[in-house]
Parts: sequence; C-alpha cells; structure tokens
Amino acid sequence: MTNDWKSYNPLLLPAIKDLHEITVYEKNNGYQALRKILKDQETWSPNNVIGEVKAANIRGRGGAGFNAGLKWSFMPEPDGKPRYLACNGDESEPGTFKDRKIFEFNPHLFIEGSIIAAYAMQINVIYVYIRGEYRPFLKKLQKAIDQAYENGYLGKKVLGTDFSVEMYTHMGAGAYICGEESSLMESLEGKRGYPRVKPPFPAQRGLWGRPTTINNIETLANVPLVMNNGADWYLEIGPDTHPGPVLYGISGHVNRPGVYEYPAGMDIMTLINDVAGGVRGGKKLKALIPGGSSTPPLRADMLEGVSMDSDSLREAGSMMGTAGMVVLDEDTDMVDLIWRISHFYSHESCGQCTPCRDGTGWLEKTLRKIKDGNGELRDLDLLLAICHRMEGRTICALADAAAWPVRYSIDRFRDEFEKKCRKTVYAVA
Amino acid sequence: MSDTNTFDATDLAEIERLTAKYPEKQAAVLPVLWYAQDKFGHTDPSVQKLVADTLNIPEAHIYGVVTFYTQFYEKPMGRHVLDVCTCLSCQVCGGYDILQYLEEKLEIKAGETTPDGEFSIQSVECLGACGYAPMLQVTNDKFVNHLTHKKIDKLIEALKAGKKPEFESNRMPQHENGSE
Ligand SMILES: Cc1cc2nc3c(=O)[nH]c(=O)nc-3n(C[C@H](O)[C@H](O)[C@H](O)COP(=O)(O)O)c2cc1C
Ligand code: SF4
Ligand code: FES
Repeated sequence: MTNDWKSYNPLLLPAIKDLHEITVYEKNNGYQALRKILKDQETWSPNNVIGEVKAANIRGRGGAGFNAGLKWSFMPEPDGKPRYLACNGDESEPGTFKDRKIFEFNPHLFIEGSIIAAYAMQINVIYVYIRGEYRPFLKKLQKAIDQAYENGYLGKKVLGTDFSVEMYTHMGAGAYICGEESSLMESLEGKRGYPRVKPPFPAQRGLWGRPTTINNIETLANVPLVMNNGADWYLEIGPDTHPGPVLYGISGHVNRPGVYEYPAGMDIMTLINDVAGGVRGGKKLKALIPGGSSTPPLRADMLEGVSMDSDSLREAGSMMGTAGMVVLDEDTDMVDLIWRISHFYSHESCGQCTPCRDGTGWLEKTLRKIKDGNGELRDLDLLLAICHRMEGRTICALADAAAWPVRYSIDRFRDEFEKKCRKTVYAVA
Repeated sequence: MSDTNTFDATDLAEIERLTAKYPEKQAAVLPVLWYAQDKFGHTDPSVQKLVADTLNIPEAHIYGVVTFYTQFYEKPMGRHVLDVCTCLSCQVCGGYDILQYLEEKLEIKAGETTPDGEFSIQSVECLGACGYAPMLQVTNDKFVNHLTHKKIDKLIEALKAGKKPEFESNRMPQHENGSE
C-alpha cells in the first residue's frame, strides 16, 4: 500500500477547484450518499447505516482512534425527546491543523457525513463546535451550511422525506480543554469548560442531560466515502486495523510542511523524506512527535520501519493521536521543547483536579529550572515522580497528555537532560 | 469602562436569534459574549453586567465564563491585538524570535499595550497553523503565516494605515501543481 502513495488520489481533500461551493460538490458526486440512504430507507435503515460504518472501522481522528460506528451504536433507543450530535472542531492539540482544511476546502463532505450520522442515530440537532481562533474558517463553514439549507439537505423534511435535522455552529473562545468531549459539552451549554466525571458517558447523559455523540470533523468526513463505496472498499485503504485516508499535518523542520492526505499506515520516513521534502537545511533528523504534543516523542533511530497507524506506533512506543507530526532536527533543544510543551499543559489545565493543576505546574517549573541551567540530576527523578502521581488519577486525560511527553523524553533523551543539570553532590537513585 | 454600554433593538434581535439555537438560554452565553466583544471591543465588568442583565443570568456566572476563556478580553486592549504563537511547532521555527522582534519594534513586552493604544502583543498557545510557522493572529481574526522580520514590518505599517490582513489560504503542497 505504502509503495504506491505517489499515485494516490485524495478522497477527503481532492484537487478539485472550488469544491467548497455546493454546486461543484454536487457535480462531483456530492450528497449522493445521503440521497441513496434517504431514498431507500428500507435497505438503509438507521441500524444498517450504523452497521456499515461500524464494519468500515473508521478510527476516530480526534486522537483516541475509537471505531466511529461502534460509538454510534451506544446511543440508546429514541424516546421522542431531543438527542444530539456534537461535531468536534476544537482542534487545539499543538501540531494539529487538519480539520481547518476540511472547513476551507471540502466543508460539504463533512456536512454530508454529519447528516448521515444524525440520520443513523436518529438525531435532529447537530452542533459544530469550532475553536474561537478559527473564526475565519467558521465563516467558510457557515456559508457551506447555509447552502446546504438552501438545497434541502438540512432543515425540515430533508430531500422531501420525513427526516428533519438542524445544524448550528458554536464558537469556542480560547481553551484547549474544550476539545475534550465532556468539556466541549459544558462549553456548549454556556459554562466554563470543566470536564465531567465519566460515567455517565455522553451517549447516556450528554448535552442538557440527553444522549449525545461527539465525533471529530475528519472522522465525520469519512462517512460519505464509506456510504458511497461500501465498507469493504474502505477497508482496502491502509492497514487492516486502521483503514482509510488520513490527513497528515506535517510541521517543524521539514522543507515542505503542510497537510497531506494519504492512506493510513504510511511509512514515517517516507512521509518525512519524500512527502515533506526531508529535513530542512540538510540537517539530520533528531526526533519525531508523531501525533500532536501529547504523543511520546520518538528518537530518529526508533523510526526505522515504523508506519503511521495505531499498531505500528504503539509497538514503537508512541501513539497515532491526531497525526499531527512535528519533525525535529539535530539542533533541537529537547529540554527547551519539553519545557514549552509543559508550559502549554500547565496553562490549559482547567484546574479541577489537584494532580493535574499542581502537577502540570510543577512539571513546568522544574523543567524551567533545568532549562535555565539551575537543575540538578535529582530533578529528573522528581519529574518522573510527578508524572507518576498525575497519570490515571484525574477526571480527564489532559493530565496523562501532559505527563507522557515528559516521561518519555527523559527516558529517550536522558543524556540531554543530564547535560543541562549542574553537577551535584547528591547521590542519584 | 463606562456604564453607558447598551444593546439597541438590532442587537437584541440578533441576541434573540443566537439564543434560539439552543434549548436553554444559558447556552447563548459564549455567542452573546462574542457579540458584545465585537461591539464594545472587550468584555470588561460593565459588559459582563450588560450580558448578564440581557440574558437574565447571574453576573458571577458570566464573570466565570469570561475568565475561563483566553479570547475574551477582561479589559480594553489595543486597537490591534497581535497574538504570536510560541507553542511547539512555532517555537522550533522561530516563534520566540518573532515575539522578541515585535517587542523591540513596538517597545512593549508581551502582555502590554502601546501607550497610544494601537497595539497589544500576547504570546499564545498553538493556533492551529503549525505547518505555516512562525505565525500570529490579528485581533482574534486573520492569521498571518510564515513570519519574517520584513513581513512584520509590512504588517505593522498596514495596520497603522487601517488595512487589515486578508485571509491567507494555505493550499496543500500535494495539490500545488493541480487545480485545487
Ligand atoms: C485534553 C483533550 C483534548 C482534546 N482535544 C480534542 C480536539 O481538539 N479535537 C478533537 O476532535 N478531539 C479532541 N479530544 C478527543 C475528544 O475527547 C473525543 O475523543 C473526540 O472528539 C471523539 O471524536 P472521534 O471519536 O471522532 O475521534 C481531546 C481529548 C482530550 C482528553
Ligand atoms: S485532568 Fe486537568 S484538565 Fe482534566 S479535568 Fe482534571 S484538572 Fe481539568
Ligand atoms: S504551534 Fe504555532 S500554530 Fe500550532
């Protein structure tokens, strides 16, 4: 699969001029999946749509990689009262800049996918949560939504059937944590974005206490592909356990940074060297953060034969995350870098849980001390001890996301950390 | 700032429209705060009170929301707010150099506003433009990417002349020779 990447034709973001215009989208097979389903609701009952999407195993593109159709199947039977789909366009994980491409270049694919998702889960109201910093992109999405209303894909009696669905946009205002699904719901309800304790899960008690499903924008954009071509076709793209196209956001020290669409499971070195034009200025590669700031950094020598899919990355000692790959060259100061990541998490911790609120603060302070040349070797053990007291002990996964980069960098770049520490008279454990 | 902040009939109609998107009024707090900030330039305590009174929601709740989200300005800011990303990808691509250049050029530190009230600078977290680093955002709106000292000079000049930056589309490198 990975050898023929050069001939791969993007499916989520194809090279079609003005595809964001509904007329162009329609000319290119747009809204056909929705039409097919609504026209033949006997074949495509809500449960059958869920079954097809589940069979395709679209791994959630928001970070956790959960099978989208399986998640949909957790929604309880309708009881006549409201239920919701919340589309997660918060995209705030450092290194991630892919969902904005969908808003700008192919918003109707996402809209169509969301409408199909709503039909499958018998939902009549969709909220699209977009980070406040994406205001310019929200305008583009809103225009596309307006067009979809005009052409009868949204609103009362979609395409003349009994199915009605509304789609509203909701803009955040600067808070990374609102990308966490329960924080997102709090924010949608007009509150501070404090994550909720789970269970109950959103499918049981979500927005305004009603059943809710949260999916990432890119995840939903995959849905029309599956419904147009079938799960079997979709499963042919990329690795068996992690199928489909992926938007790789490549940033950092490469010659051609940007978002690229290729099948999941692309060879990492091919992505860095061939797709993104190699490391800038002829420098040597030092490390890669494969899927956003929370995924453990991998040393260059750990990347041989590793591909961008959950199995391969887990084996290598990291995670797929958002596929936001940050490429780091030989001159990168890892201590500085990890300090900045810790600063981010300390700034973004919502402060509800003590291990997270205090832990992220202490990670930042201790790393700052080391970075400024005032650290001691025992501070490295202190950092690891702080990580240990954060992991798995909090309401949401932000604390883990903050601890992993620290833990794994000390493990994998220990000599660099030690070099920054002053000589010490204390014995090191 | 002043006690004279009010919503007129047009504003109230728009707020009505925003509120109608949700089953509960409280959900409109963020959109109405955005609306207020667009109109008044900030959401200081007087604006918070106005929003609270308009939506009939306790002022304390509105205060809690405003202080949770970084994009709501708790006090008046410069006419142009320059949010320089210094996070991960921007850090390793020169974000701090850009920030320092701006600080020297405008003779203020991050977090401050120029005495003439024209510019504020902030060092901010990832803005979702990592592939186009280093970058900044102008007053919660347009992104200016691939920053250089020269590009900063031009931007400041343009802003002083009242010219706001245009939307910068970043095409996919994959399609650069194609038609997208
Ligand atoms: C701290 C934190 C931040 C998150 N930020 C985002 C985000 O910005 N966008 C996103 O889609 N998911 C984010 N997630 C994951 C969501 O909680 C959720 O799993 C996801 O939106 C589900 O969609 P998916 O299954 O389609 O991936 C975040 C999770 C955590 C713990
Ligand atoms: S883990 Fe951190 S961000 Fe998550 S709820 Fe607790 S304090 Fe808030
Ligand atoms: S790190 Fe600066 S935009 Fe993402």
